[in-house]
Amino acid sequence: MSPAQRQARFTVVGKPRRRVDARAKVTGQTRFADDLFLPRMLHCKLLRSPHPHARILRIDLRAAADPGVKLLLTGCDMPTPYGILPVSQDEHALCLERVRFVGDPVAAVVAVDEQTASEALDRIRIDYEPLATIASPREALETPEPKIQPYGDGNIHKKVALEFGDVDAAMASAESVFEDVFFYEGNTHLPIEQHAALAAVDPDGKLTVWSATQTPHYVHRALARVLGIPAAHIRVIATPNGGGFGGKSDPFNHEIVVAKAALLLGRPVKICLTREEVFYCHRGRHPVLMKLRTGVQADGRIVAMDLQTLLDGGAYGSYGVASTFYTGALQTVTYEVPRYRFRGCRAFTNKPPCGPKRGHGTPQPRFAQEVQLDKIAVALEKDPAELRKMQIAKPNSLTANFMRIGTIGLGECIDRVVEGSGWKDRRGKLPFGQGLGLACSSYLCGAGLPIYWNALPHSGVQLQLDRSGRVTAFCGATEIGQGSDDVLANLVAEVLGIDPFDLRLVTGDTDLGPVDLGSYSSRVTLMMGHAAIQAAERARDLIASAVSRRLGIPLERVVFAQRRVFDAEDPDKGVPFAEAVQIGEAQHGTLGTTGSYRPPESEAKYKGGGVGPSPAYSYSACVAEVRVHPETGWVEVERIWIAHDIGRALNPVLARGQVEGSVYMALGEALLEEMAYRRLPKHLSGALVHKYPSLLEYKSPTTLEMPDVVTYLVEQPDGAGPFGAKEVGQGPLLPVMPALANAVYDAVGIRVDEVPITPEKVLRAMADRKSRRFGPSDFPRIDWPEALRVAPPAEGGDGTAANEKPRRRKDDAIVAPDVAPTGLPPHPSTPEARRGVPSSSPASQPPEVLR
Amino acid sequence: MSTTSGTASSPDARTRMTLRINGESVDILFDTYKTLLEVLREDLGLIGTKHGCELGECGACAVLVDSRPVLSCLLLAVECEGCDVRTVEGLSQGSALHPVQETFADLGAAQCGYCTPGMLMTASALLERNPDPTRAEIREALSGVLCRCTGYLQIFEAVEAAGRILRGESTVKPPEEGR
Repeated sequence: MSPAQRQARFTVVGKPRRRVDARAKVTGQTRFADDLFLPRMLHCKLLRSPHPHARILRIDLRAAADPGVKLLLTGCDMPTPYGILPVSQDEHALCLERVRFVGDPVAAVVAVDEQTASEALDRIRIDYEPLATIASPREALETPEPKIQPYGDGNIHKKVALEFGDVDAAMASAESVFEDVFFYEGNTHLPIEQHAALAAVDPDGKLTVWSATQTPHYVHRALARVLGIPAAHIRVIATPNGGGFGGKSDPFNHEIVVAKAALLLGRPVKICLTREEVFYCHRGRHPVLMKLRTGVQADGRIVAMDLQTLLDGGAYGSYGVASTFYTGALQTVTYEVPRYRFRGCRAFTNKPPCGPKRGHGTPQPRFAQEVQLDKIAVALEKDPAELRKMQIAKPNSLTANFMRIGTIGLGECIDRVVEGSGWKDRRGKLPFGQGLGLACSSYLCGAGLPIYWNALPHSGVQLQLDRSGRVTAFCGATEIGQGSDDVLANLVAEVLGIDPFDLRLVTGDTDLGPVDLGSYSSRVTLMMGHAAIQAAERARDLIASAVSRRLGIPLERVVFAQRRVFDAEDPDKGVPFAEAVQIGEAQHGTLGTTGSYRPPESEAKYKGGGVGPSPAYSYSACVAEVRVHPETGWVEVERIWIAHDIGRALNPVLARGQVEGSVYMALGEALLEEMAYRRLPKHLSGALVHKYPSLLEYKSPTTLEMPDVVTYLVEQPDGAGPFGAKEVGQGPLLPVMPALANAVYDAVGIRVDEVPITPEKVLRAMADRKSRRFGPSDFPRIDWPEALRVAPPAEGGDGTAANEKPRRRKDDAIVAPDVAPTGLPPHPSTPEARRGVPSSSPASQPPEVLR
Repeated sequence: MSTTSGTASSPDARTRMTLRINGESVDILFDTYKTLLEVLREDLGLIGTKHGCELGECGACAVLVDSRPVLSCLLLAVECEGCDVRTVEGLSQGSALHPVQETFADLGAAQCGYCTPGMLMTASALLERNPDPTRAEIREALSGVLCRCTGYLQIFEAVEAAGRILRGESTVKPPEEGR
């Protein structure tokens, strides 16, 4: 069936609708994690480190004792390390012998109420021995000791180097080579809901943990690992998240602590982090310094790109290895880049760990490339829109780094924003102080590989139907506000010809639903969507065959629509949906079906090729109009035009909300938000502290700053997406920051090669009469490893690296076992450690704990 | 209002008083140090009111006190004696939603739903005193409530649509079956 025919028969898909969970949200009845209360429930608080880097010498819990205090925990109560990536199992529920950033948790109190727990925290005495702190990646490069983590090279967590074709030769043949250094400051997710979790032991002795998590499956794995109990005896329920944006994608200390406490006490234990603690959990946007060289032909066509990135990772691994690869992986997906070299380096610093925030690792290099393209357009006297349009990547192609692209709606996206904004008549022609800027981007629709290697589906959906006509859909997918529940109901209802509100949904529960890997990497619509359609089509086929037999309708003419099952050629001949289910149940027995989805095998076989492949890519184009006040440097955003290639909008109300929400979050990053740190003076401990861990000081846009946004949904259905749908939650964020920077140039003729573009930076660039620029001046020399050399497809490459040792095939295992990162010393409690195994880090001895 | 035994500084001191909440008088005994937010959520089970900071920064906990939006995390419950407190639970009439709830639901103004109760209470107070607000007046009225999901635009549209319903210029769409 052609897409057009499919579209003609859609009754739910593509219709603007109220989302299925809207009523719960507008009546305040959505149960977020902190809204859960259980009988005999206790409350937990964490004591966090005031030092950015220190050894824990002694923990004195004696004064914390109180009739209202039921439990005191320290690191030695949960010594098993964990972490989101199998290669970075470097976290502990409570720090063992060392704290690595201000806010690292050291001890926990469980008490009858929050007040009693907080007061007990104040009475815990901890002796620390402060260690030298690393404040920046440059410091980390220059300061291998003391090591923040026992693994890695000095304080360098990870270095990667990949080369696709001979980049130096291509640069030498280029008409001109543009070289720029950019800096993208870190920022954080700032969900309005503070993280919270509740743990309870069920009457049968099993553990249940409710948590505001985007990834219940990964929390499930971490709990089983640290608590040492079978995963099948642990149930994780992801409560609807009050905003996630990537910030609730790691397993967190507090989730493990309340689980342990509930197991020890046999009573429910809840924790809700304070806003300050949410800033310390972070896992937000990595600050990234970038050096980008691009060789172009005389007409501006790219012949080669050479990108170096230096990431400030904070104190732990988190998603960092993936983040590092992501600062390079998608650079080839927007425009044709025949040859490409990428080298990335992530450093450890004594700051809260960075991780995935909306766009994960991609906004930073996208900013660099899109601002540089604007400079190239100016230098070559070309229209920036035309310069981009003439070299959009080819649909149904393989990029130089072996990313398989399907449909590309970018050309139409550019046309829409160019037309809407009056670009051709207005860019470069507005009065001084006003300007227009344009930028584009692409993003993945779900990571092609899971976080831990396995041969299993990435998403599963189970349907159960009964004679009342009830259809229940079970899926591990997690509702974080993006509307995953609505997508599930939408697709099942479409296939079965019922209303989305007819469905009952059971989601985000590891006990009740098949595994879905989680709400990250823009994967849910595509992956859960395919699983949902497959399960629904199987149910439809069962019912259709029974109805066909019973009513004597040829099978191919059985139609499901308007809550009826009927003959396409004689619509009166049919039965209501509930009766059709009864007919199906009578013929087949109890009705239940499953569907599952696993992305196609990637063609990128080289080491590191696991990051970037996706079943499909979405595209966006943005024009920003700004007014820059030359006296104050203030950048006012007048209007944003944004077009997003969504493949197909399943529910346009929600799709538009994702686009506008992305634009909003992007504007915050572009102009206001930064996770900034400062060293306190020596007499005040010299600690490296967060400048403003509060919502008041961390400036995010309010209703007053939000400009008008003109949104265009470009629909070119992609065969790899469910009914042609692609992602919309992250991609539209990416082009906004560079579009703004380019608009500032158009307005006042300066380049701010940094994010955020603050008034101070604008004024400093305007004051610099010579360079008319503000931004980093140099990229440090990094001792890069030899790049893996992979021939691009156009040069006969097969996706493997010429200079890579053959790798062990993982295909034999169904689920890869966890591997500790190389270089991690044995745990302090092990005999090896007690015998004194040499380590380059300061002596790792467990602290004395006084109870 | 009466305060139970315990010194002034003792957190054990408890207060008994009558609160008027969502049109009902409620006799309540609570820890005197508690904010209105804590009493609503912990002592009265009115968990529709959310919190994002408990420092008066995010606006998620906004409720109406004598028809004016206030941050319930900054107000001690003992200050509310004799006041008329209204929370999201009191916005609908039985199972019939308030027009602003209907339009928030239909027009995508609630994504994660966490700021929604604070946003709804603030918007309903605006519409009560001005059923025909300009876009600028809506921006101003809602500027104390942060939303990280929507980018606010669908919220503005929902408030405008609710205004049209309250002014009698349009009606609530009949809810689809099954809602």
